[in-house]
Amino acid sequence: MSTSFWVNGIRQTVDVDPSKPLLWVLREELALTGTKFGCGIAQCGACTVQVNGQAVRSCVTPISSIEGSQVATIEGLGSDSGDLHPLQQAWIQHQVPQCGYCQSGQLMSASALLDSNPNPTDAEIDAAMQGNICRCGMYGRIRKAIKSVDVAASSEDKLFYNVAGVDHG
Amino acid sequence: MGKWTRRAFITTGLVAGGGVVVGISMRPGNQVKELAGKVGNEGGQLIHSYVKIDSENVITAIIPHSEMGQGVQTSLSQMLAEELDADWDQLRMEEAPAIGEYSTYSAGRGYLLAGIDFPEILIPTVDGAMMRVADSLNMQITGGSMSIRTTGAMAMRIAGAATREMLQQAAAKSWGVPVNEIVTEDSHLFHAATSRREPYASFASTIAEMTPSQTPSFKDPSEYKIVGTHKPRRDIPAKVDGSLKFALDVRLPGMLFASVVRSPVSGGSIVNVNDSAARAIEGVVDVIVIPESSVDSMLGATISGEAVAVVADSYWTANRALQELSVQWSETGFESVSSDDIFAQFDRDISSRRDRQTDRLEGEADSVFSTAAKVIDADYHVPYLAHTCMEPLNATADVRNGRAEVWVGCQNPLGFRRDVANVLGLDEENVILHNHAMGGGFGRKSRPDYAIQAAQLAQAMGRPVQLIWSREEDVRQDFYRPAVQSRFRAAFDADNKLVAWKNTYTNKNEPIEAPLIPYAVPAQDIGFVSSPTHVPFGAWRSVDHSQHGFFTESFIDEAANAAGKDPFEFRADLLNDSPRHLVVLTKVAEEAEWSKPLPAGRGRGISLQESFGSIVAQVVEVSIINGEVFVNRVVAAIDPGLAVAPDGIAAQVESGIIYGLSAALHGEITIENGAVAQSNFDDYQTLRMNEAPVIETHVINSGHDIGGAGEPGTPGIAPALANAVFDATGIRVRQLPLKNFDLDFQVKETGVAG
Repeated sequence: MSTSFWVNGIRQTVDVDPSKPLLWVLREELALTGTKFGCGIAQCGACTVQVNGQAVRSCVTPISSIEGSQVATIEGLGSDSGDLHPLQQAWIQHQVPQCGYCQSGQLMSASALLDSNPNPTDAEIDAAMQGNICRCGMYGRIRKAIKSVDVAASSEDKLFYNVAGVDHG
Repeated sequence: MGKWTRRAFITTGLVAGGGVVVGISMRPGNQVKELAGKVGNEGGQLIHSYVKIDSENVITAIIPHSEMGQGVQTSLSQMLAEELDADWDQLRMEEAPAIGEYSTYSAGRGYLLAGIDFPEILIPTVDGAMMRVADSLNMQITGGSMSIRTTGAMAMRIAGAATREMLQQAAAKSWGVPVNEIVTEDSHLFHAATSRREPYASFASTIAEMTPSQTPSFKDPSEYKIVGTHKPRRDIPAKVDGSLKFALDVRLPGMLFASVVRSPVSGGSIVNVNDSAARAIEGVVDVIVIPESSVDSMLGATISGEAVAVVADSYWTANRALQELSVQWSETGFESVSSDDIFAQFDRDISSRRDRQTDRLEGEADSVFSTAAKVIDADYHVPYLAHTCMEPLNATADVRNGRAEVWVGCQNPLGFRRDVANVLGLDEENVILHNHAMGGGFGRKSRPDYAIQAAQLAQAMGRPVQLIWSREEDVRQDFYRPAVQSRFRAAFDADNKLVAWKNTYTNKNEPIEAPLIPYAVPAQDIGFVSSPTHVPFGAWRSVDHSQHGFFTESFIDEAANAAGKDPFEFRADLLNDSPRHLVVLTKVAEEAEWSKPLPAGRGRGISLQESFGSIVAQVVEVSIINGEVFVNRVVAAIDPGLAVAPDGIAAQVESGIIYGLSAALHGEITIENGAVAQSNFDDYQTLRMNEAPVIETHVINSGHDIGGAGEPGTPGIAPALANAVFDATGIRVRQLPLKNFDLDFQVKETGVAG
């Protein structure tokens, strides 16, 4: 069955089992390997992407459920001109990643949080980020990095990935 | 200083195009075509190479260690660049290939065991427990918090300093000026009086003909410009945009995907497989039985039991079909074993002193106990733990025409290459191993079973296969942090002075010093009994320190309490002979405001643990709210001798603390019916953001030998936490994890008796 949706502004159509999770469509059909497999049961957050601006666990999101949706992955978090998203810059500034494997998911959860709540409190950060496990334990740095981002300065960037772009479908 | 012998010397070689490589030569005369190709040296002079200077004056640090999150490639490069006076901004790094000349322990233990002298300044650093193992071949291990201590201190630094000296000599000769007037900076040579300035590359071909000093002079640490300063990690940018290719991200033409399952009870083999339902799923290509394999290494035998794998055009399909297999596993004899049985066995074996051996015997403990004014006893135990690296175990292999290629993230590329070759029946020269940055390692990725399985599958299929373990397989088929029981007895004299310490625990591994205490107790009898179980075990971040740190630092707290003394003061009074420890302990107490009173329901605990050459003290603050423990704050002080990368040390300490805290609060693998009961992050919980305390790390540059960073943060967090709970509640936690205690710190029914 064919399903069409947008990924980072590019229209994609895939012909796969409708129950195949978005994670494996991204990784196996679209060669977008920045989104990671961690648990397969929506417990660790490594597979987090955004669907219509909401952070979702792509490992349990059937491809059929995103027909017509806007999907944003880590590959599309920076701007079209190649600039890093302010959160990505903050991640570097605060030297957040250790092994780095969970960070795609962390960044997609964090950017969804800031899109809806530009100045989150610690408690709000904890609530939004507790679905994302970091076995290297960089939670303190993630918290600091999120709080360091000046959303006002980056408001032009923050929604660009929801804009439909070239139709490759 | 001693002399290096012919079997271990610094040497140089020419790079095609006029550049030079400098490194440690191990076995002169042995040609290595992979390395020759890499540096363009067709002549094939054998070089254990660490630095390359090319004709464009670009300096490359060649790093024989894997990146698993610790930032080691950046910090090792700092050590090289410092002594070389390299231009940091222009410096490149690359990971060494998995070929014999990058065997890491050849830089340390190999010399020591062979009785070869090397500069005296380096001798104290050659003291890691892992170095005691005789086999020095095929090890390219990243673990034991050793990279900076061995490769950094003994190789990168020497290569950098020796290269700089040669460059200065070459320039002095060419310019006709005294060598001591040549200044080096940013990969250039200067002579002020004649206003000469040349890039290092101008003299690369000259120094390729020179013999490096075997005992180069190192900078005084006060002159450091790169070491000890904050240099952003070079690996991080690719970790924030999804571009870094982990092994899981390897894509090959015609590649298939596989999911695998082994016997739930370790050691079981396949009696029967009904795969008709699995094969009926669209996309399934084959169902393969993978035969058992066994390989030996310094870490012990790794037995990978018989397994069955589904191979498909998608991992999702393969793993879905795997659930449709009906597999009958053979009886192992362990089908009735539970965690309770294992702890009961430990208790029996400690009581009967089964094959008891001694770690430390000082004074006359028995007679001291018989005359003691006061005696306390306690038994502690901790459960098995899984590693649960974020990146599930995976490897991609292509095995055709008598050759194998393997793409994997692992802590021992050379060992993995050898093991794959042995199992496939190939010569090592016909196995190419591409090592990728690991999504976590923590000791698990020193075991090659997953790479061997991938190679076996690729061999069977005749085309590339990417094997991915499900998280369930990862949790159920680990080499677990061993469960351990530890029994203590302490004696006090009439002045409440601690005068005797007895300790017997189960199953000793590494490092040997893990159960030892730094405190001046006149009579000590520390030893262990053998109490084997069928549960596979292996190295888990900080290895035996993770258990013994909890045991000894909790029991010393009990001793302080029994003596009616403050836990900090009690420890400090016993550290007169351990001034470094005392400094670290005092530092953490000051920074944590140890003596400042806390309101009811809150508590502070302290711990002190030396491991992997670094000394760490921690203070934990907890709140008890409705009987639940909240960790508010952790203050840590570490003396790593010298902090090469200060922010890297802090990050590693934070990481080690969270890893240990996660285990202390939640971590528990239980055995039921002989099998691991847990399966994924839902029933094997790990610490999340909402539970993560603020961590403050204070680094003390004591000037002693460089210690490790990756592991020393882990051992001290559990005891400091348990001691804080005691401070807040008066309840002594002698078993982990804390989740097994309910609101009143009574044991829940799923837990073990306490």
